This record gives sequence, C-alpha cells and structure tokens, in this order.
Amino acid sequence: MYSQGLIGADTATKETAEFLAEFQARIDAEEKIEPNDPMPQAYRNTLIRMIGQHAHSEIVGMLPEGNWITRAPSLRRKVALLAKVQDEGGHGLYLYSAAETLGVSREQMTEELLSGKAKYSSIFNYPTPTWADIGAIGWLVDGAAIMNQVPLCRCSYGPYARAMIRVCKEESFHQRQGYELMKSLTEGNEDQKAMAQDALNRWWWPSLMMFGPPDSDSQHSDQSMKWKIKRFSNDELRQKFVDATVPQAELIGLTMPDPDLKWNNSLNNGAGGYDFGEIDWDEFWRVVKGHGMMNKDRIRARKKAWEDGAWVREASLAYAAKQKANAA
Amino acid sequence: MTENLMPLWEVFIRPRNGLNHKHVGSVHAADAAMAMQAARDVYTRREEGNSIWIIPAASIVASDPANAEENFDPASDKIYRHPSFYDIPDDVGHM
Ligand SMILES: [Fe+2]
Ligand SMILES: [Fe+2]
Repeated sequence: MYSQGLIGADTATKETAEFLAEFQARIDAEEKIEPNDPMPQAYRNTLIRMIGQHAHSEIVGMLPEGNWITRAPSLRRKVALLAKVQDEGGHGLYLYSAAETLGVSREQMTEELLSGKAKYSSIFNYPTPTWADIGAIGWLVDGAAIMNQVPLCRCSYGPYARAMIRVCKEESFHQRQGYELMKSLTEGNEDQKAMAQDALNRWWWPSLMMFGPPDSDSQHSDQSMKWKIKRFSNDELRQKFVDATVPQAELIGLTMPDPDLKWNNSLNNGAGGYDFGEIDWDEFWRVVKGHGMMNKDRIRARKKAWEDGAWVREASLAYAAKQKANAA
Repeated sequence: MTENLMPLWEVFIRPRNGLNHKHVGSVHAADAAMAMQAARDVYTRREEGNSIWIIPAASIVASDPANAEENFDPASDKIYRHPSFYDIPDDVGHM
C-alpha cells in the first residue's frame, strides 16, 4: 500500500457533474478504486473516517480482553486469548495501512484517537468484570463484527477490501473460542451458568448497538451504499445478527435479555426472523459521546502506551540515522 | 508526538517455494531489521509464508494511473499476439 507518496499531496479533485458520473459508473461496474485513482473528496473523507474508526476499534478492543490474559483459567484458554488479542492488534495495523493509502498519516490518526477527536466502537467502553465476559465478547462482539466485516470484503475501495479479507479469515476462530467458552460455562455448576447468563445480559444490547444508529437517522449510510463502501444498511445487518445468534443462545441453554423477542414468519421476505425489543439509543449516544463506563480508562491506557513508547520510537530513529551516517 | 514520521516499508511474502513473493501490506519501522521483525509478527502468524521481502515504500516507482490508458490499452487490439488468432486445421491436433 503506497501511502507515503500521498501524505500531504494535493488530494483535491475537481468534482464536476461529469467527473462524479464517471466515478459512479466505475463503482456501478464493480470496478475497484485504488489509492492513486481520482476519487471525489467526500469518498476519500468517508473512507478515512470509516477505516480510521475501524482501526482504532481493533486497537482499543485489545484492552477489555487483555485485562484477562493473566487470569485465564487454563493454558488452553490463555493461548487462545493471547492469540486473539494479538490478532486484533494485527487487524488494527492492516487497517491503519489501508487508511494511510488515502493520504492520512499514522501519527495523525493516533493523535486523533488520543485527543478524542476520532471515535472507536462504543462496545469497548463496557467493562469486563468476569471471565464469562471473555466468552460473551468472542461470541457476540466478534460475531457482530464478522456480520459487519464480511460484506466489507467487497467494498469498492481496494485496500480496505483486501484488509477485510485478511481480517475475516482470522475472525472466525475468535467467535468460535468465545462460544466454546460460554458453552463450557453453561455445562458447569450453577454459579458458572449464572455467570454466563449475566455476561449475556450485559453484552446483548450493546452488541446490537454495534451496527450503528437505525437507518431512519443514520447520516452517512445512503451515500456509502451508493458508492458501495457498504453493501447493507445498519438495520439489515442487525437483523441478520439477531436471526443468527438467538438459536445459538438456545442451543447452550441461555436466554436473551429481551421479553419482546419472538419469531415472526413474515420477516425477511417471508423466510422468517426475530422481532426484537426497542434498543436504548440514549445509552448508545451517551457512550459514543464519552460517558460510558470505561471511555476515560480506555483513552488513558492508550495515552500511557503511546507516551511510554516514545523513547523507543525516538531511540530507534536515532539509531537508524546513526547507522545510515556511519555507512555513508 | 514523535517529530519524525516513522518510515514506511512494503511487505512481500512468498507463500512457499515455487511461488512469487506477493505484496501483502506495509509496516512502519525505524530501520530494516525492525521492519523485518514487524513484518514477521504482523503478516506470518498462520504459516502465510517461508520468505519475506521488505522494501522502503519511498523506493517504489509506480506508474501514474492517469497514464493507464496510453500505457495499457494499446495491447487490447493486438489479438495477433494470442494463439487463438491463427487458423490451423483441426486435424493437426494439439499445437
Ligand atoms: Fe478484529
Ligand atoms: Fe476479533
């Protein structure tokens, strides 16, 4: 991904109606857009915003689970969790690279995360007080992420689509290890079973919020769909996730914390699906705006990591410069 | 914030002997040794390859997409460069 060449470059495109129509024709023909291709400024900005948020989510997403690595109850669970958290770090890096091809620097993105200007998925602002939370995150949070990411493999922007293909290959184990963990808790004693149910109760609604605001008031959706950045709307993906996940809960004897949840034959064009209760969008916006339980902790942890690593970055750059000078 | 931007390196991986190295992505690192280490950690966690090339991104010379037409379109009407352009009797068999 040839990003360095673009940083600071003039990315303005003169967007005549003719230019926009030509661009839309390429999109409609399912042509991929590559880094140095002409593209509308708004297409570029949307992708920078979206891929940047996605990258930050992967990185911040390492924190709630990383919290449990030292306390995993067996070696089997510990290696799985270590591998998963390491994967999430990798996902963040693939995505930052993809965003950089659009002319934004890694340093700028990091700065925007630390200053609170850039957002990340609100789900990671919830705490992980019990071991069952690790199961619930893998099963539900990674499950919802997969639902979102699979269609992104066909995104019109080449570097994002390629990063997503890689990510999706790696995600499947994340969800399976979480579900297996939940299943083994439900097969344990009463306390363990209750712990699993409690985690589901706390994570179910925030997982549904991961798909973003309802289509009726989602500002960016329409244009993103037209440009084939997104292939499905927030509500469509949310419905798919509910339909896929409810039977998985039943299979291991857990109950969704939603009294309004019921099968409806007429959903999904007659194929059937689940009606579900009202999502608390006030809670969603509260968390997005920084008032979730863990927002401050998460940013504090990222700031500390960035600041504690500063001397390493500086020393390695100084060493590289010295080596270069010695060789000259 | 660190003053200097951390250099960017493009990463190429050969999945196994007999195949080409293929571009897989990029990493930031101060020097080649650290870039190699990062590339190994980021891009080969699941036996994706047995050999890595890293190249400073700034050293890559890319063709300009604005010239794509004049560079690549002339080949599309030279069908005589393909075997199917030539008529030979079916009886000849495979040639
Ligand atoms: Fe991930
Ligand atoms: Fe994941």
